[in-house]
Amino acid sequence: MNTSSFNIQTGNELTWNARPILFEVRHALEELVQSGENSIIDLRSIPLAPGEEETIINTLGQGEVHASLDALGPSEIYETRYAGVWLITHYNEEKAVVSRFIEITKLPEILESQQEDMSNALVELTRDLGTQDA
Amino acid sequence: MKKDSTRKKETTEKGTLGETLRSRGVSRRSFMKFCATTASMMALPPAMIPMVARALENARRPSVIWLSFQECTGCTESLTRAHTSTVESLIFDSISLDYHHTLQAAAGTAAEAAREAAMEENYGNYLLVVDGSIPLDNPGYSTIAGISNLDMLTECAKGAAAIIAVGTCATYGGIPHANPNPTGAVSVKQIINDKPVINVPGCPPIPVVITGVLAHYLTFGSLPELDHIGRPKAFYGQSIHDRCYRRPFYDKGQFAETFDDEGARKGWCLYKLGCKGPTTYNACATTKWNNATSFPIESGHPCIGCSEPDFWDGGGFYKALSMPTENLSQTAVYAAAGAVAAGTVLGAMNRAKKNASNKIHIKTTVDDLQK
Repeated sequence: MNTSSFNIQTGNELTWNARPILFEVRHALEELVQSGENSIIDLRSIPLAPGEEETIINTLGQGEVHASLDALGPSEIYETRYAGVWLITHYNEEKAVVSRFIEITKLPEILESQQEDMSNALVELTRDLGTQDA
Repeated sequence: MKKDSTRKKETTEKGTLGETLRSRGVSRRSFMKFCATTASMMALPPAMIPMVARALENARRPSVIWLSFQECTGCTESLTRAHTSTVESLIFDSISLDYHHTLQAAAGTAAEAAREAAMEENYGNYLLVVDGSIPLDNPGYSTIAGISNLDMLTECAKGAAAIIAVGTCATYGGIPHANPNPTGAVSVKQIINDKPVINVPGCPPIPVVITGVLAHYLTFGSLPELDHIGRPKAFYGQSIHDRCYRRPFYDKGQFAETFDDEGARKGWCLYKLGCKGPTTYNACATTKWNNATSFPIESGHPCIGCSEPDFWDGGGFYKALSMPTENLSQTAVYAAAGAVAAGTVLGAMNRAKKNASNKIHIKTTVDDLQK
């Protein structure tokens, strides 16, 4: 069954929170452009009617960069059609959404290689090369 | 060799959360995801994610003793449903749940011995979680291993760092406390006055709220800021009404009058159908249930106010807050005149309501639902 045609809770009227959030994104993008300040919006902390989260996501669209992450379950990270505005969705191993953020930044921190992982990687690579030499 | 590996395991388990996760091969990137989701779960602003990461990195694994008294196990059911999430599983892996008589494998003497050992080993530092109310009329109404609920609570509370009362029964007495309260049920806070008690009410509480409070304790080693009746403000700081996506309909005066009228179909405000959202403080409207799928109002049912004291005696789930409750003391006067008369009064009230509903009733068909 197509659940979108089964919307008896809201009719065509929503909370009108989607548009203010998009304005918040615009304000944060202005901050990023002018002063380089990063912002994060937690979409799960805002009351939204059924369908409004999708409205926000559809309005932002998808841009050029799309990344997937496999860390404690999958995560989907992509730049929206507005450069500097990223949508990050974390799933658990049952593929249920556990958190969803809009990050206004040049690059979400979670995509960067982490210092601690790089240090471990250096030890491992050195060990592996040593093993091969032996 | 065996001794060494055992010692190593103990060291790891008693180490910091960061050490525990690294020993399990959890990458820093995974840890960052864990922290972001935990901050969201604790209703903290995203700007605090780095602080959460620093605190969780150095958090120690606390011992938790969970006591269940006069309850239906719905709170534990709620919590264990949360356990399906990987991130929340990590939180539970990060505590040492040393006693929970519904979940643990041990029973009888062995189970009680585990509780006593955990209390002795972690005296002054363990976290005590309680669900269910405590009967004071007769200790025999509810016992565990022959120990009354009152004795077990007071004994376990002595060495606890803090107590988390989970569910409306533990926080306010709940359904066992409802009139006429046959067991003399009381809440944890009515018995324990010398320890910090955090109330996490709800029938049941939202699982993420339970884990969020545990995560806060795990992260910061302290209890979150509480409201005037002991609830964490992060989750109970705003009313359901103020965070409800149907609130704009209330502001415009658009209400559902019955469960199948035009207003109900259009998703208008459920205030007139008895919604207790304006007087109920909880996180249902934003955190929602079943992995943030929905919450009662989104499913077309008014909030029943299950996270508020005396919610069961509040005068009817389907009566608007603005309507006076039927005057039961007046009914008692009629009852003195004769039980039949009292029944007649209440029956007349119900018939009047039913007739009013019938007049505006519109039948819903399968075709309507699929429009």
